[in-house]
Amino acid sequence: MATSLDNRIHHKRGSRQWFLGHFWTTVTWVIALFLFSPVLWMVITSFKREGSAYTDPPTLIFHPTLNEYSQVFSSGSGAGGAGAPFEHSLVVTVASVALVLLLGIPAAYALSIRPIKRWRDALFFFLATKMLPYVAAIVPIYLIAEHLGLLDNVIALIILYTGFNLPLAVWMIRSFLLEVPREVLEAARIDGAGLRTELMRVIFPMVLPGIAATALICVIFTWNEFFFAYFLTAFNAQTVPVFLSHFQSTEGEYWALLAAAATISCLPVILAGWIAQKQLVRGLSLGALK
Amino acid sequence: MSDLVDSTNQLEVGRGDVVSATHGPTSKKDGHLRRKAWIRRLPLLPALIYMVIVTQAPFVVTLWYSFRGWNTETPGSNKFVGFASYSAVLSDPAFRSAAVVTIEMTASAAIISMLLGSAMAILINRTFMGRGVVRTMLITPFLVMPVATALLFGTTIYDPYFGLLNWILSPFGVNHVNWVGLYSMPSVVAVLVWEWAPFMMLIVLAGLQSESLESLEAARVDGANAFKTFVWITLPHLRQYIELGLLLGSIYIVQAFGEIFILTDGGGGNGSATTNLPFYIYNKVFNAFDFSQAAAAGVIVVIATEIVATVTLRLLSGLFRATEVMS
Repeated sequence: MATSLDNRIHHKRGSRQWFLGHFWTTVTWVIALFLFSPVLWMVITSFKREGSAYTDPPTLIFHPTLNEYSQVFSSGSGAGGAGAPFEHSLVVTVASVALVLLLGIPAAYALSIRPIKRWRDALFFFLATKMLPYVAAIVPIYLIAEHLGLLDNVIALIILYTGFNLPLAVWMIRSFLLEVPREVLEAARIDGAGLRTELMRVIFPMVLPGIAATALICVIFTWNEFFFAYFLTAFNAQTVPVFLSHFQSTEGEYWALLAAAATISCLPVILAGWIAQKQLVRGLSLGALK
Repeated sequence: MSDLVDSTNQLEVGRGDVVSATHGPTSKKDGHLRRKAWIRRLPLLPALIYMVIVTQAPFVVTLWYSFRGWNTETPGSNKFVGFASYSAVLSDPAFRSAAVVTIEMTASAAIISMLLGSAMAILINRTFMGRGVVRTMLITPFLVMPVATALLFGTTIYDPYFGLLNWILSPFGVNHVNWVGLYSMPSVVAVLVWEWAPFMMLIVLAGLQSESLESLEAARVDGANAFKTFVWITLPHLRQYIELGLLLGSIYIVQAFGEIFILTDGGGGNGSATTNLPFYIYNKVFNAFDFSQAAAAGVIVVIATEIVATVTLRLLSGLFRATEVMS
């Protein structure tokens, strides 16, 4: 009797848990699909013809076409071809992120493994510069760029974006460097490892995933930056977000073309983010996830 | 926790070295140790100098122009005028309205995306079918270019006639609502929340996953139910992660420009319902051509930001410690 009651309670509890588990899984999926739907809708719209992009209710079944994609790349379209902006964005992103790492890694080292005396103040300074409303500096930056002959030049963007991302990079890389166990460093020093060996053989391999995470976050912010790209570049250094913004003013029906352009513009960063998801999670949580 | 002890020990060692340098008995040793301290500082200097130049040089130029009356529409106006631009900006109702809009927009977007992000984090912090796919879908909005987000929300989603939102809400009696025109502030905030909720989710998720299983187990053994465990154990543990997420998110949201520029052009409501401070400064430069007032507004905003930032960082006193605990 007692056992059967036990079993019954157990069984009842189990089915309740089973039900709750499925309930929450369903809720999670519904929320995820809802939040993902704008992205999905962008991709769906990009394969439509303009006519079927403007319907009420929205068209869900249609003959997909690559027509709009080929238009985005043809230089005959309103905003000029996508080729040149992609090239500019690629140059700006690679150069700026490389510069961020070049400056950021040594700085983070001096704030973590062999910290300077006033590391707190230095860290605070970096964080404080990140809080500056950079829009406030558009006039002087424009004038300085003009004075140096850097208007409509990718170099101006590289310099600025490096400045935007450096504080966060120093902060993130520092937290990854702090993860290197002190015992490992001491053991290396006792074994007579010089600074060079210590850096290249011990520290660098251990923080490489963290550096990759930092680089990815910097790539996202650099690729997507709009404000300064919009005001400091015209044709010669136009980046992808600026190119994309021109699709707004197109007259007539343009949603399918816009969706195709947007899909192409976002694709590199979305793919990178998906592939390096673990690094992204790590980076954003500033090294909290092991 | 042991990490914290570790890293502070490490830092104490570092501090000790430098402190001993100033107490060196002989001047020769003193010089040697001072050189050592400089070698220690050397790796930091390039980044520090870079940031000082990139952020402070434009600020000095801004300061210079804020005391001149330069309006490109008025010839000969580029001369010293003292605090005239400052008083003009401070007495401008549009500036005060922009300050209020900035606070409202930043606070609501940061708080709502934190609530949504936390809910998402709690939901995906379980094992269930398709968890990887769900996480991939949930982080995607953060990866989408904000310009693309603003353009697509403004057209294919918010459009009164062909937009997705009206179609989804049509069973509830919603009929061709002009979202951006009638509810411009909520429309912009919704876009910002969509962009930033994944960011908050990831930070809170990191907090949830770093929670020690022992304390959760202890709470369960002591007879606490799931709700009590969450309120008394998990929430206090998450606090520093929530603070960090709100701080980092606000830093970016307060600068929102592209979303406003594309979605509402600063308009809505009384005509400037979504003009935040960055957009106000942009207007001063590119529509009023008043470089000096833009500069003065910029200086005021920088000073205000620094005050808010300092107070916030002090209030979130656990934050610097938090980064060490997390590391």
